Amino acid sequence: MTPDEIAGELRDGMTIGIGGWGSRRKPMALVRAILRSPLKNLTVVSYAGPDVGLLVASGQAKRVVTGFASLDSIALEPHFRRARQAGTVELTELDEGMLHWGLLAAAHRLPFLPIRAGLGSGVLEVNPELRTVRSPYGDPFGLGEELVAVPALKLDVALVHLNRADAAGNAQYLGPDPYFDDLFCLAAERAYVSAEQIVPRLAGPPQSMLLNRAMVRGVAETPNGAHFTSCVPDYPRDEAFQARYARAAADPAEWEKFSARYLENTEAAYQEAARA
Amino acid sequence: MTEVTRATRGEVCVVACAEAWRGDGAILASPMGLIPSLGARLARLTFEPALLLTDGEAYLVDATGEIEGWMPYREVFTMLAAGRRHVMMGAAQIDRHGNQNISAIGDWKRPKAQLLGVRGAPGNTVNHPVSYWVPKHSPRVFVPRVDMVSGVGYDRGACELRVVVTNLAVLDFQGTAERVMRLRSVHPGVEVSEVVAATGFPLVVPDEVPVTRAPTAEELGLIRDRLDPAGARERELA
Repeated sequence: MTPDEIAGELRDGMTIGIGGWGSRRKPMALVRAILRSPLKNLTVVSYAGPDVGLLVASGQAKRVVTGFASLDSIALEPHFRRARQAGTVELTELDEGMLHWGLLAAAHRLPFLPIRAGLGSGVLEVNPELRTVRSPYGDPFGLGEELVAVPALKLDVALVHLNRADAAGNAQYLGPDPYFDDLFCLAAERAYVSAEQIVPRLAGPPQSMLLNRAMVRGVAETPNGAHFTSCVPDYPRDEAFQARYARAAADPAEWEKFSARYLENTEAAYQEAARA
Repeated sequence: MTEVTRATRGEVCVVACAEAWRGDGAILASPMGLIPSLGARLARLTFEPALLLTDGEAYLVDATGEIEGWMPYREVFTMLAAGRRHVMMGAAQIDRHGNQNISAIGDWKRPKAQLLGVRGAPGNTVNHPVSYWVPKHSPRVFVPRVDMVSGVGYDRGACELRVVVTNLAVLDFQGTAERVMRLRSVHPGVEVSEVVAATGFPLVVPDEVPVTRAPTAEELGLIRDRLDPAGARERELA
């Protein structure tokens, strides 16, 4: 598939999970395809980086479900920050372990999973729909705790980027961290993978073969498709480009120029402009 | 080794951060910020050799940076839930009970300043020991009430809040039944009154406030020659 074909399978109002972490191995080519589409009213579930920033800036993300939004080497995601301060995006703010548990619950088709994270914190105050449970069993740890019941974070669609995939959807990460891409895929009705390279057959350590084809609906080959986030060992984060992104995001006039130069044309045009 | 001169404030802070992990043994040390990172590595090189450290990505590394294991985010979460971790986080705001905010300043619904988000602070504080690093001790940080509780304080069920290290002092939550913030020591050259004035809530101040211990000659050598030869530590202080 092409990134635009994948974006074409999404619908207004969907809940979309995006893999990677912060500014690391984000399916940016797929995010850019969404930017070129008329999609709107999306709920985006993510360990948020520029994926969320761009979808907030375009106005297509109505709600974000996350524990943070960061560019890693630049602490705060500038578009997310601006939108929050302007009140133009809704937020479900969860502890990052709660987000993990919500994906795991959805992947296992459980209504919720209990966790200690969140107890006593503002997370329960800003998300009044969250409930707690008590164990129906004797407590082997003797703590007698009430626990947070993290609701399943059921996704309509998951978008993830891996280093290698085959045409059937088996896919492999070659960097040090799988992040939660497998859980995003299993928590979703349909998952789409972009990969640096589509190969006839995956090779290398079996532990690196994170996704199997039963988890995946469609695959797109997107060389440099995580740019400007990192996709090690294929490439590191493009720090210079990220800094340019962050500077532009701080000023609406500059952002318009950035957007016109990089985001309003095809993926191939983006890659060419980013190389220039 | 360079000639040992008097320790700078940054070096005192590095050692004060290192002390936070004393006695922890083989647990995952997760420092946020440069001075806490230098502190954790110093502890590992000296009095706490069993500590587990990461490279900031997904590898466990020894004190020289050599890979000794794997620690992707999913394993960090598991170590966290297992209680086998001690993190030193930052704090945009912290109150006398140790409630910490790294999420947003002002009304959460439409904040005056959106910060990072709660990250793992809620889970950290109810699962394992947590310390804090505040490079600029001021009433803007040490507030009567935080705007959004990210890390929970003792009044909200914190597991263990070990110490709060700042550019001026070391604080802890010992000595009172309700476990509120106490001045544990002032750094060399800092007056108790300075710390009290820079704290926006009543601090528990013992009759005798010790001075934060000075780095040893060995520690200074390690900080200056090995851990931070470029001297970046002083730039993290306000």
